[in-house]
Amino acid sequence: MQEVFEHGRLWPMKKLINDVADVVKDSLFGVEAAHADLVKVDHENKVVYRKDAPIANKVGIISGGGSGHEPLHGGFVGLGMLDAACAGEVFTSPVPDQMFAATKLVDGGAGVLHIVKNYTGDVMNFEMAAEMAAAEGIRVEAVIVADDVAVQDSLYTAGRRGVGLTVLLEKIVGAAAEEGKDLDYLVGLAGRISDNGRSMGMALTGCTVPAAGKPSFDLHDDEIEIGIGIHGEPGRARVANGTAAETAEMLVRPILDDLDYSGSEVIAFVNGMGGTPLIELYIVFNEVAKILAAAGVKVARCLVGNYITSLDMAGCSVTLLKADAEMLQLWDAPVWTPGLRWGK
Amino acid sequence: MAIDLMSVAGWMKDFATQIHDNADLLTDLDREIGDADHGANMDRGMRAVIDLDPSTFPSAADYLKKVGMTLVSTVGGASGPLYGTFFLRVGTAWPDVENPDLVGLALRAGLDGIIQRGKAAIGEKTLVDALSPALDEFDANAGDGMGTALQAAAVACAAGRDATIPLVARKGRASYLGERSAGHQDPGATSMTMLIEAASRTLS
Repeated sequence: MQEVFEHGRLWPMKKLINDVADVVKDSLFGVEAAHADLVKVDHENKVVYRKDAPIANKVGIISGGGSGHEPLHGGFVGLGMLDAACAGEVFTSPVPDQMFAATKLVDGGAGVLHIVKNYTGDVMNFEMAAEMAAAEGIRVEAVIVADDVAVQDSLYTAGRRGVGLTVLLEKIVGAAAEEGKDLDYLVGLAGRISDNGRSMGMALTGCTVPAAGKPSFDLHDDEIEIGIGIHGEPGRARVANGTAAETAEMLVRPILDDLDYSGSEVIAFVNGMGGTPLIELYIVFNEVAKILAAAGVKVARCLVGNYITSLDMAGCSVTLLKADAEMLQLWDAPVWTPGLRWGK
Repeated sequence: MAIDLMSVAGWMKDFATQIHDNADLLTDLDREIGDADHGANMDRGMRAVIDLDPSTFPSAADYLKKVGMTLVSTVGGASGPLYGTFFLRVGTAWPDVENPDLVGLALRAGLDGIIQRGKAAIGEKTLVDALSPALDEFDANAGDGMGTALQAAAVACAAGRDATIPLVARKGRASYLGERSAGHQDPGATSMTMLIEAASRTLS
Protein backbone atom coordinates (compact mmCIF):
# COMPACT_ATOMS: atom_id res chain seq x y z
CA MET A 1 0.00 0.00 0.00
CA GLN A 2 1.22 3.48 -0.84
CA GLU A 3 1.85 5.65 2.22
CA VAL A 4 2.74 9.31 2.23
CA PHE A 5 3.94 11.46 5.11
CA GLU A 6 2.25 14.82 4.85
CA HIS A 7 0.76 17.42 7.16
CA GLY A 8 2.38 15.80 10.19
CA ARG A 9 0.95 12.32 9.80
CA LEU A 10 1.19 9.22 7.68
CA TRP A 11 -1.58 8.80 5.12
CA PRO A 12 -2.17 5.31 3.83
CA MET A 13 -3.87 5.41 0.45
CA LYS A 14 -6.82 3.11 0.98
CA LYS A 15 -8.76 3.05 -2.25
CA LEU A 16 -10.74 0.50 -4.24
CA ILE A 17 -8.42 0.50 -7.23
CA ASN A 18 -6.29 -2.07 -9.04
CA ASP A 19 -3.56 0.22 -10.32
CA VAL A 20 -3.19 3.98 -10.05
CA ALA A 21 -2.56 4.16 -13.79
CA ASP A 22 -5.78 2.27 -14.65
CA VAL A 23 -8.35 4.16 -12.57
CA VAL A 24 -10.21 5.83 -15.45
CA LYS A 25 -9.90 2.85 -17.79
CA ASP A 26 -11.14 0.29 -15.26
CA SER A 27 -14.01 2.53 -14.19
CA LEU A 28 -15.21 2.94 -17.78
CA PHE A 29 -15.26 -0.84 -18.22
CA GLY A 30 -17.44 -0.93 -15.11
CA VAL A 31 -19.81 1.70 -16.49
CA GLU A 32 -20.14 -0.34 -19.68
CA ALA A 33 -20.75 -3.57 -17.77
CA ALA A 34 -23.33 -2.01 -15.46
CA HIS A 35 -25.26 0.05 -18.01
CA ALA A 36 -25.03 -1.89 -21.26
CA ASP A 37 -28.76 -1.25 -21.72
CA LEU A 38 -28.14 2.51 -21.98
CA VAL A 39 -24.62 3.26 -23.14
CA LYS A 40 -21.62 2.04 -25.09
CA VAL A 41 -18.02 2.97 -24.40
CA ASP A 42 -15.31 3.79 -26.94
CA HIS A 43 -12.42 2.65 -24.76
CA GLU A 44 -9.69 3.92 -27.08
CA ASN A 45 -11.03 7.48 -26.88
CA LYS A 46 -12.60 7.11 -23.41
CA VAL A 47 -16.01 8.23 -24.66
CA VAL A 48 -19.30 7.08 -23.11
CA TYR A 49 -22.08 7.44 -25.69
CA ARG A 50 -25.75 6.63 -26.09
CA LYS A 51 -26.44 3.16 -27.34
CA ASP A 52 -28.78 4.58 -29.98
CA ALA A 53 -26.37 7.30 -31.22
CA PRO A 54 -26.32 8.96 -33.65
CA ILE A 55 -29.98 9.96 -33.69
CA ALA A 56 -30.98 11.37 -37.06
CA ASN A 57 -31.84 15.08 -37.09
CA LYS A 58 -31.30 15.49 -33.33
CA VAL A 59 -28.63 17.87 -32.09
CA GLY A 60 -25.88 15.87 -30.40
CA ILE A 61 -25.15 17.03 -26.83
CA ILE A 62 -21.62 16.37 -25.61
CA SER A 63 -19.84 17.19 -22.42
CA GLY A 64 -16.66 16.04 -20.79
CA GLY A 65 -13.87 16.96 -18.49
CA GLY A 66 -11.46 15.49 -16.03
CA SER A 67 -12.60 12.33 -14.25
CA GLY A 68 -13.28 12.26 -10.51
CA HIS A 69 -16.64 14.10 -10.61
CA GLU A 70 -18.85 11.04 -11.14
CA PRO A 71 -21.66 10.65 -11.98
CA LEU A 72 -20.85 13.81 -14.05
CA HIS A 73 -20.47 13.46 -17.05
CA GLY A 74 -20.60 9.80 -18.14
CA GLY A 75 -23.45 9.04 -15.73
CA PHE A 76 -25.64 11.56 -17.53
CA VAL A 77 -25.48 9.91 -20.94
CA GLY A 78 -28.83 8.63 -22.11
CA LEU A 79 -32.36 9.63 -23.08
CA GLY A 80 -33.09 13.31 -22.42
CA MET A 81 -29.60 14.34 -21.37
CA LEU A 82 -26.17 13.81 -22.99
CA ASP A 83 -25.41 11.91 -26.17
CA ALA A 84 -21.76 11.44 -25.22
CA ALA A 85 -19.27 12.26 -22.46
CA CYS A 86 -15.47 12.38 -22.73
CA ALA A 87 -13.45 11.27 -19.72
CA GLY A 88 -10.07 12.82 -19.13
CA GLU A 89 -7.56 11.61 -16.58
CA VAL A 90 -8.54 12.44 -12.98
CA PHE A 91 -8.96 16.24 -12.78
CA THR A 92 -7.25 16.66 -16.20
CA SER A 93 -9.09 17.88 -19.27
CA PRO A 94 -9.65 15.34 -22.03
CA VAL A 95 -7.69 15.93 -25.26
CA PRO A 96 -9.29 17.24 -28.48
CA ASP A 97 -9.10 13.82 -30.18
CA GLN A 98 -11.61 12.53 -27.62
CA MET A 99 -14.14 15.31 -28.16
CA PHE A 100 -13.65 15.04 -31.92
CA ALA A 101 -14.33 11.29 -31.78
CA ALA A 102 -17.41 11.89 -29.61
CA THR A 103 -18.64 14.61 -31.97
CA LYS A 104 -18.45 12.22 -34.92
CA LEU A 105 -20.16 9.44 -32.95
CA VAL A 106 -23.25 11.52 -32.11
CA ASP A 107 -23.62 13.83 -35.10
CA GLY A 108 -27.06 13.06 -36.52
CA GLY A 109 -26.88 15.84 -39.10
CA ALA A 110 -28.32 18.61 -36.91
CA GLY A 111 -25.01 19.74 -35.43
CA VAL A 112 -23.41 19.17 -32.05
CA LEU A 113 -23.40 21.24 -28.86
CA HIS A 114 -20.37 21.09 -26.56
CA ILE A 115 -21.10 21.82 -22.88
CA VAL A 116 -17.81 22.99 -21.35
CA LYS A 117 -17.04 23.81 -17.74
CA ASN A 118 -15.00 26.98 -17.52
CA TYR A 119 -11.46 25.76 -16.86
CA THR A 120 -8.56 26.93 -19.01
CA GLY A 121 -7.62 23.42 -20.16
CA ASP A 122 -11.17 22.27 -20.88
CA VAL A 123 -11.99 25.41 -22.87
CA MET A 124 -8.86 25.16 -25.05
CA ASN A 125 -9.17 21.41 -25.71
CA PHE A 126 -12.86 21.68 -26.64
CA GLU A 127 -12.02 24.68 -28.85
CA MET A 128 -9.46 22.64 -30.78
CA ALA A 129 -11.93 19.75 -31.13
CA ALA A 130 -14.54 22.15 -32.52
CA GLU A 131 -11.99 23.36 -35.09
CA MET A 132 -11.26 19.75 -36.09
CA ALA A 133 -15.00 19.04 -36.44
CA ALA A 134 -15.56 22.20 -38.46
CA ALA A 135 -12.80 21.09 -40.84
CA GLU A 136 -14.88 17.94 -41.47
CA GLY A 137 -18.06 19.90 -42.04
CA ILE A 138 -19.75 19.22 -38.67
CA ARG A 139 -21.33 22.31 -37.14
CA VAL A 140 -20.33 22.65 -33.50
CA GLU A 141 -21.35 25.29 -31.00
CA ALA A 142 -20.05 25.52 -27.44
CA VAL A 143 -21.58 26.77 -24.21
CA ILE A 144 -19.26 27.62 -21.33
CA VAL A 145 -20.66 27.06 -17.83
CA ALA A 146 -19.23 29.54 -15.29
CA ASP A 147 -21.46 29.64 -12.22
CA ASP A 148 -19.13 29.60 -9.19
CA VAL A 149 -19.64 32.80 -7.19
CA ALA A 150 -16.61 31.95 -5.02
CA VAL A 151 -14.50 33.43 -7.82
CA GLN A 152 -15.14 37.09 -7.20
CA ASP A 153 -12.59 38.88 -9.33
CA SER A 154 -13.41 37.35 -12.69
CA LEU A 155 -11.76 40.24 -14.56
CA TYR A 156 -8.36 39.24 -13.20
CA THR A 157 -8.78 35.48 -13.25
CA ALA A 158 -9.60 32.78 -15.79
CA GLY A 159 -13.21 33.59 -14.87
CA ARG A 160 -15.77 31.82 -12.74
CA ARG A 161 -15.44 28.04 -12.62
CA GLY A 162 -18.08 25.71 -13.97
CA VAL A 163 -19.59 23.68 -11.13
CA GLY A 164 -23.09 22.57 -10.02
CA LEU A 165 -25.07 24.43 -12.67
CA THR A 166 -23.51 22.07 -15.25
CA VAL A 167 -25.79 19.24 -14.03
CA LEU A 168 -28.96 21.33 -14.34
CA LEU A 169 -27.90 22.70 -17.73
CA GLU A 170 -27.13 19.25 -19.12
CA LYS A 171 -30.58 18.01 -17.98
CA ILE A 172 -32.58 20.96 -19.34
CA VAL A 173 -30.71 21.41 -22.63
CA GLY A 174 -30.67 17.64 -23.12
CA ALA A 175 -34.47 17.55 -22.76
CA ALA A 176 -34.88 20.35 -25.30
CA ALA A 177 -32.64 18.51 -27.77
CA GLU A 178 -34.71 15.36 -27.24
CA GLU A 179 -37.81 17.39 -28.16
CA GLY A 180 -36.16 18.28 -31.46
CA LYS A 181 -35.04 21.87 -30.84
CA ASP A 182 -32.35 23.07 -33.24
CA LEU A 183 -28.77 24.03 -32.42
CA ASP A 184 -29.33 27.80 -32.39
CA TYR A 185 -32.29 27.40 -30.05
CA LEU A 186 -30.25 25.22 -27.69
CA VAL A 187 -27.38 27.73 -27.62
CA GLY A 188 -29.88 30.43 -26.61
CA LEU A 189 -31.48 28.23 -23.95
CA ALA A 190 -28.06 27.29 -22.52
CA GLY A 191 -27.15 30.99 -22.39
CA ARG A 192 -30.33 31.75 -20.43
CA ILE A 193 -29.54 28.98 -17.95
CA SER A 194 -25.98 30.28 -17.52
CA ASP A 195 -27.25 33.80 -16.93
CA ASN A 196 -29.71 32.65 -14.26
CA GLY A 197 -27.74 30.07 -12.26
CA ARG A 198 -25.14 30.45 -9.51
CA SER A 199 -23.32 28.05 -7.17
CA MET A 200 -21.16 28.02 -4.05
CA GLY A 201 -19.36 25.09 -2.44
CA MET A 202 -17.61 24.13 0.79
CA ALA A 203 -15.36 21.32 2.02
CA LEU A 204 -14.97 19.49 5.32
CA THR A 205 -11.90 17.66 3.94
CA GLY A 206 -9.60 17.74 0.93
CA CYS A 207 -9.69 14.91 -1.59
CA THR A 208 -7.08 12.36 -2.61
CA VAL A 209 -6.20 12.10 -6.30
CA PRO A 210 -5.08 8.47 -6.77
CA ALA A 211 -1.90 9.47 -8.65
CA ALA A 212 -0.94 11.95 -5.90
CA GLY A 213 -1.74 9.54 -3.07
CA LYS A 214 -2.32 12.26 -0.50
CA PRO A 215 -5.06 14.78 0.27
CA SER A 216 -5.10 17.98 -1.77
CA PHE A 217 -5.25 20.04 1.41
CA ASP A 218 -5.58 19.37 5.11
CA LEU A 219 -8.06 21.01 7.43
CA HIS A 220 -7.85 21.03 11.19
CA ASP A 221 -10.64 19.19 12.97
CA ASP A 222 -12.46 22.43 13.71
CA GLU A 223 -12.07 24.05 10.26
CA ILE A 224 -14.04 24.12 7.02
CA GLU A 225 -13.09 25.62 3.67
CA ILE A 226 -15.66 27.91 2.03
CA GLY A 227 -15.70 28.63 -1.71
CA ILE A 228 -13.97 25.50 -3.00
CA GLY A 229 -14.08 24.28 -6.59
CA ILE A 230 -14.37 20.66 -7.60
CA HIS A 231 -10.68 19.78 -7.92
CA GLY A 232 -9.55 19.87 -4.32
CA GLU A 233 -8.24 23.39 -4.77
CA PRO A 234 -8.42 25.67 -1.74
CA GLY A 235 -11.31 28.07 -1.55
CA ARG A 236 -12.14 31.62 -0.58
CA ALA A 237 -11.79 31.37 3.20
CA ARG A 238 -11.04 28.93 5.99
CA VAL A 239 -13.46 29.30 8.90
CA ALA A 240 -14.50 27.52 12.07
CA ASN A 241 -16.85 24.60 11.62
CA GLY A 242 -20.32 25.56 12.83
CA THR A 243 -23.84 24.19 12.49
CA ALA A 244 -25.39 23.10 9.19
CA ALA A 245 -27.58 26.21 9.43
CA GLU A 246 -24.52 28.46 9.63
CA THR A 247 -22.82 26.66 6.76
CA ALA A 248 -25.95 26.88 4.59
CA GLU A 249 -26.02 30.62 5.26
CA MET A 250 -22.39 30.94 4.09
CA LEU A 251 -23.28 29.17 0.84
CA VAL A 252 -26.65 30.70 0.01
CA ARG A 253 -25.95 34.34 0.97
CA PRO A 254 -23.18 34.97 -1.61
CA ILE A 255 -25.46 33.52 -4.29
CA LEU A 256 -28.37 35.79 -3.35
CA ASP A 257 -25.96 38.75 -3.19
CA ASP A 258 -24.74 37.99 -6.71
CA LEU A 259 -28.08 37.68 -8.50
CA ASP A 260 -31.54 38.98 -7.65
CA TYR A 261 -33.72 35.95 -6.98
CA SER A 262 -36.48 37.72 -5.06
CA GLY A 263 -39.95 36.66 -6.13
CA SER A 264 -38.52 34.03 -8.50
CA GLU A 265 -39.05 30.32 -8.79
CA VAL A 266 -35.84 28.32 -8.53
CA ILE A 267 -34.51 24.85 -9.02
CA ALA A 268 -32.54 24.34 -5.80
CA PHE A 269 -29.72 21.82 -5.95
CA VAL A 270 -27.81 20.63 -2.88
CA ASN A 271 -24.90 18.57 -4.15
CA GLY A 272 -22.60 16.30 -2.19
CA MET A 273 -18.88 16.39 -2.95
CA GLY A 274 -18.58 12.59 -2.73
CA GLY A 275 -17.68 11.91 0.88
CA THR A 276 -20.70 13.31 2.71
CA PRO A 277 -23.68 11.08 3.58
CA LEU A 278 -27.12 11.89 2.23
CA ILE A 279 -28.50 12.33 5.75
CA GLU A 280 -26.33 15.45 6.10
CA LEU A 281 -27.21 16.73 2.63
CA TYR A 282 -30.89 16.69 3.57
CA ILE A 283 -30.10 18.65 6.75
CA VAL A 284 -28.36 21.24 4.56
CA PHE A 285 -31.26 21.26 2.09
CA ASN A 286 -33.71 21.99 4.90
CA GLU A 287 -31.59 24.96 6.00
CA VAL A 288 -31.30 26.20 2.41
CA ALA A 289 -35.07 25.97 1.99
CA LYS A 290 -35.63 28.02 5.16
CA ILE A 291 -33.25 30.76 4.01
CA LEU A 292 -34.91 30.89 0.59
CA ALA A 293 -38.39 31.06 2.09
CA ALA A 294 -37.31 33.97 4.28
CA ALA A 295 -35.83 35.69 1.22
CA GLY A 296 -39.04 35.34 -0.79
CA VAL A 297 -37.59 32.77 -3.20
CA LYS A 298 -39.88 29.89 -4.16
CA VAL A 299 -38.34 26.43 -4.53
CA ALA A 300 -40.19 25.05 -7.55
CA ARG A 301 -38.05 21.93 -8.01
CA CYS A 302 -35.09 20.46 -6.17
CA LEU A 303 -32.31 17.95 -6.45
CA VAL A 304 -30.39 16.53 -3.48
CA GLY A 305 -27.51 14.08 -3.79
CA ASN A 306 -24.01 13.40 -5.11
CA TYR A 307 -24.07 14.50 -8.77
CA ILE A 308 -20.91 16.55 -9.38
CA THR A 309 -18.33 15.30 -6.96
CA SER A 310 -14.70 15.82 -6.09
CA LEU A 311 -13.54 12.23 -5.50
CA ASP A 312 -13.73 11.48 -1.75
CA MET A 313 -14.03 15.08 -0.57
CA ALA A 314 -16.53 15.65 2.22
CA GLY A 315 -18.63 18.75 1.77
CA CYS A 316 -21.40 20.14 -0.39
CA SER A 317 -22.39 22.84 -2.82
CA VAL A 318 -25.58 24.78 -3.40
CA THR A 319 -26.80 25.77 -6.86
CA LEU A 320 -29.80 28.00 -7.47
CA LEU A 321 -31.26 28.34 -10.97
CA LYS A 322 -33.89 31.00 -11.53
CA ALA A 323 -36.19 28.93 -13.71
CA ASP A 324 -38.87 30.10 -16.15
CA ALA A 325 -41.85 27.94 -17.18
CA GLU A 326 -39.98 26.42 -20.10
CA MET A 327 -37.00 25.41 -17.95
CA LEU A 328 -39.34 23.79 -15.43
CA GLN A 329 -41.20 21.89 -18.15
CA LEU A 330 -37.88 20.65 -19.57
CA TRP A 331 -36.67 19.76 -16.07
CA ASP A 332 -39.77 17.54 -15.65
CA ALA A 333 -39.35 15.92 -19.07
CA PRO A 334 -38.27 12.25 -19.15
CA VAL A 335 -34.62 11.48 -18.46
CA TRP A 336 -33.11 8.00 -18.39
CA THR A 337 -29.39 7.84 -17.66
CA PRO A 338 -27.20 5.87 -15.23
CA GLY A 339 -27.13 8.81 -12.80
CA LEU A 340 -30.48 10.55 -13.22
CA ARG A 341 -33.74 8.97 -14.26
CA TRP A 342 -37.44 9.84 -14.07
CA GLY A 343 -40.59 10.25 -16.11
CA LYS A 344 -40.06 7.55 -18.70
CA MET B 1 22.78 22.49 -41.25
CA ALA B 2 21.53 23.28 -37.76
CA ILE B 3 17.85 23.55 -38.66
CA ASP B 4 17.55 20.32 -40.65
CA LEU B 5 15.39 17.35 -39.70
CA MET B 6 17.94 15.49 -37.58
CA SER B 7 19.00 18.63 -35.68
CA VAL B 8 15.38 19.45 -34.90
CA ALA B 9 14.86 15.86 -33.75
CA GLY B 10 17.91 16.31 -31.51
CA TRP B 11 16.29 19.46 -30.09
CA MET B 12 13.17 17.45 -29.19
CA LYS B 13 15.27 14.65 -27.66
CA ASP B 14 17.16 17.15 -25.49
CA PHE B 15 13.89 18.83 -24.44
CA ALA B 16 12.31 15.45 -23.63
CA THR B 17 15.30 14.59 -21.43
CA GLN B 18 15.04 17.90 -19.58
CA ILE B 19 11.32 17.39 -19.01
CA HIS B 20 11.79 13.82 -17.83
CA ASP B 21 14.66 14.64 -15.46
CA ASN B 22 12.77 17.63 -14.04
CA ALA B 23 9.23 16.21 -14.05
CA ASP B 24 9.05 16.26 -10.25
CA LEU B 25 10.24 19.87 -10.12
CA LEU B 26 7.59 20.92 -12.66
CA THR B 27 4.89 19.05 -10.77
CA ASP B 28 5.96 20.55 -7.45
CA LEU B 29 5.87 24.08 -8.91
CA ASP B 30 2.41 23.28 -10.27
CA ARG B 31 1.24 21.91 -6.92
CA GLU B 32 1.97 25.26 -5.30
CA ILE B 33 -0.23 27.32 -7.62
CA GLY B 34 -2.01 24.89 -9.94
CA ASP B 35 -3.11 21.29 -10.01
CA ALA B 36 0.13 19.31 -9.67
CA ASP B 37 0.20 17.65 -13.07
CA HIS B 38 2.49 19.74 -15.32
CA GLY B 39 5.52 17.44 -15.00
CA ALA B 40 3.59 14.21 -15.51
CA ASN B 41 1.58 15.61 -18.42
CA MET B 42 4.57 17.08 -20.28
CA ASP B 43 6.63 13.93 -19.67
CA ARG B 44 3.85 11.76 -21.13
CA GLY B 45 3.68 14.04 -24.17
CA MET B 46 7.42 14.26 -24.82
CA ARG B 47 7.81 10.47 -24.46
CA ALA B 48 5.26 10.15 -27.26
CA VAL B 49 7.24 12.71 -29.28
CA ILE B 50 10.54 10.86 -29.00
CA ASP B 51 8.76 7.68 -30.03
CA LEU B 52 8.24 9.33 -33.43
CA ASP B 53 10.81 8.17 -35.98
CA PRO B 54 12.19 11.39 -37.50
CA SER B 55 13.55 9.54 -40.54
CA THR B 56 9.98 8.89 -41.70
CA PHE B 57 9.29 12.61 -42.19
CA PRO B 58 10.05 14.43 -45.47
CA SER B 59 11.19 17.62 -43.71
CA ALA B 60 11.86 19.27 -40.36
CA ALA B 61 8.68 21.31 -40.90
CA ASP B 62 6.54 18.16 -41.23
CA TYR B 63 8.20 16.63 -38.18
CA LEU B 64 7.54 19.75 -36.06
CA LYS B 65 3.89 19.78 -37.09
CA LYS B 66 3.59 16.12 -36.04
CA VAL B 67 5.25 17.01 -32.72
CA GLY B 68 2.49 19.60 -32.22
CA MET B 69 -0.29 17.15 -33.06
CA THR B 70 1.26 14.53 -30.78
CA LEU B 71 1.39 16.95 -27.84
CA VAL B 72 -2.22 18.04 -28.43
CA SER B 73 -3.30 14.38 -28.38
CA THR B 74 -1.33 13.24 -25.35
CA VAL B 75 -0.73 16.08 -22.87
CA GLY B 76 -4.23 17.32 -21.97
CA GLY B 77 -4.83 20.15 -19.53
CA ALA B 78 -3.88 23.62 -20.72
CA SER B 79 -0.31 22.70 -21.67
CA GLY B 80 -1.40 20.31 -24.43
CA PRO B 81 -3.21 22.90 -26.55
CA LEU B 82 -0.58 25.57 -25.80
CA TYR B 83 2.57 23.57 -26.59
CA GLY B 84 0.72 21.74 -29.37
CA THR B 85 -0.34 24.98 -31.05
CA PHE B 86 3.21 26.34 -30.61
CA PHE B 87 4.80 23.46 -32.56
CA LEU B 88 2.04 23.33 -35.18
CA ARG B 89 2.64 27.02 -35.96
CA VAL B 90 6.45 26.77 -35.74
CA GLY B 91 6.36 23.78 -38.08
CA THR B 92 4.12 25.54 -40.56
CA ALA B 93 6.57 28.46 -40.77
CA TRP B 94 9.85 26.50 -40.37
CA PRO B 95 12.31 27.48 -43.16
CA ASP B 96 14.16 25.00 -45.36
CA VAL B 97 17.19 27.26 -45.60
CA GLU B 98 19.46 28.17 -42.70
CA ASN B 99 18.42 31.77 -42.09
CA PRO B 100 18.18 33.04 -38.50
CA ASP B 101 15.66 35.72 -39.47
CA LEU B 102 13.32 33.06 -40.89
CA VAL B 103 13.80 30.83 -37.82
CA GLY B 104 12.93 33.86 -35.69
CA LEU B 105 9.75 34.36 -37.70
CA ALA B 106 8.81 30.70 -37.27
CA LEU B 107 9.31 30.85 -33.49
CA ARG B 108 7.28 34.05 -33.35
CA ALA B 109 4.46 32.35 -35.25
CA GLY B 110 4.51 29.81 -32.43
CA LEU B 111 4.31 32.54 -29.78
CA ASP B 112 1.43 34.18 -31.65
CA GLY B 113 -0.33 30.81 -31.67
CA ILE B 114 0.08 30.47 -27.90
CA ILE B 115 -1.25 33.99 -27.31
CA GLN B 116 -4.20 33.37 -29.62
CA ARG B 117 -5.07 30.04 -27.98
CA GLY B 118 -4.49 31.05 -24.36
CA LYS B 119 -5.41 34.75 -24.65
CA ALA B 120 -2.58 35.63 -22.26
CA ALA B 121 -0.71 38.92 -22.32
CA ILE B 122 2.74 39.69 -20.92
CA GLY B 123 2.80 39.99 -17.12
CA GLU B 124 0.02 37.47 -16.41
CA LYS B 125 2.41 34.81 -15.03
CA THR B 126 2.39 32.36 -17.93
CA LEU B 127 4.90 30.85 -20.35
CA VAL B 128 4.42 33.97 -22.50
CA ASP B 129 6.51 35.85 -19.89
CA ALA B 130 9.49 33.61 -20.72
CA LEU B 131 9.03 33.09 -24.47
CA SER B 132 8.25 36.67 -25.44
CA PRO B 133 11.48 38.30 -24.15
CA ALA B 134 13.42 35.30 -25.46
CA LEU B 135 12.22 35.94 -29.00
CA ASP B 136 12.91 39.67 -28.71
CA GLU B 137 16.54 38.82 -27.84
CA PHE B 138 16.68 36.23 -30.62
CA ASP B 139 15.63 38.85 -33.17
CA ALA B 140 18.06 41.43 -31.76
CA ASN B 141 20.97 38.98 -32.16
CA ALA B 142 19.90 37.17 -35.35
CA GLY B 143 22.43 39.18 -37.36
CA ASP B 144 25.24 37.41 -35.48
CA GLY B 145 24.06 33.94 -36.43
CA MET B 146 21.89 31.18 -34.99
CA GLY B 147 24.26 30.28 -32.16
CA THR B 148 24.49 33.79 -30.74
CA ALA B 149 20.78 34.44 -31.23
CA LEU B 150 19.74 31.23 -29.46
CA GLN B 151 22.14 31.78 -26.57
CA ALA B 152 20.78 35.30 -26.05
CA ALA B 153 17.25 33.89 -26.27
CA ALA B 154 17.99 31.23 -23.63
CA VAL B 155 19.39 33.81 -21.20
CA ALA B 156 16.38 36.09 -21.70
CA CYS B 157 13.99 33.14 -21.36
CA ALA B 158 15.49 32.15 -18.00
CA ALA B 159 15.33 35.77 -16.82
CA GLY B 160 11.67 35.93 -17.90
CA ARG B 161 11.01 32.68 -16.04
CA ASP B 162 12.58 34.07 -12.86
CA ALA B 163 10.62 37.29 -13.26
CA THR B 164 7.35 35.34 -13.01
CA ILE B 165 8.04 34.69 -9.31
CA PRO B 166 6.67 37.98 -7.89
CA LEU B 167 3.82 38.17 -10.41
CA VAL B 168 0.15 37.62 -9.53
CA ALA B 169 -1.40 35.08 -11.92
CA ARG B 170 -4.14 36.36 -14.21
CA LYS B 171 -4.65 33.24 -16.33
CA GLY B 172 -5.14 29.55 -15.69
CA ARG B 173 -5.89 27.77 -12.45
CA ALA B 174 -3.27 29.80 -10.55
CA SER B 175 -5.38 32.93 -11.11
CA TYR B 176 -7.95 31.63 -8.59
CA LEU B 177 -5.34 32.11 -5.86
CA GLY B 178 -5.15 35.85 -6.55
CA GLU B 179 -2.41 37.52 -4.50
CA ARG B 180 -1.48 34.12 -3.03
CA SER B 181 0.00 33.15 -6.43
CA ALA B 182 2.80 35.70 -5.96
CA GLY B 183 6.10 34.28 -4.70
CA HIS B 184 5.89 31.15 -6.86
CA GLN B 185 7.68 30.44 -10.15
CA ASP B 186 5.36 29.70 -13.04
CA PRO B 187 5.60 26.03 -14.11
CA GLY B 188 4.83 26.78 -17.79
CA ALA B 189 7.54 29.46 -17.96
CA THR B 190 9.90 26.88 -16.42
CA SER B 191 9.24 24.19 -19.04
CA MET B 192 9.38 26.81 -21.81
CA THR B 193 12.86 27.81 -20.64
CA MET B 194 13.91 24.16 -20.89
CA LEU B 195 12.72 24.17 -24.51
CA ILE B 196 14.67 27.29 -25.49
CA GLU B 197 17.79 26.17 -23.58
CA ALA B 198 17.56 22.84 -25.42
CA ALA B 199 17.39 24.77 -28.71
CA SER B 200 20.53 26.72 -27.83
CA ARG B 201 22.39 23.43 -27.24
CA THR B 202 21.16 21.62 -30.35
CA LEU B 203 20.39 24.12 -33.10
CA SER B 204 23.44 26.41 -32.97
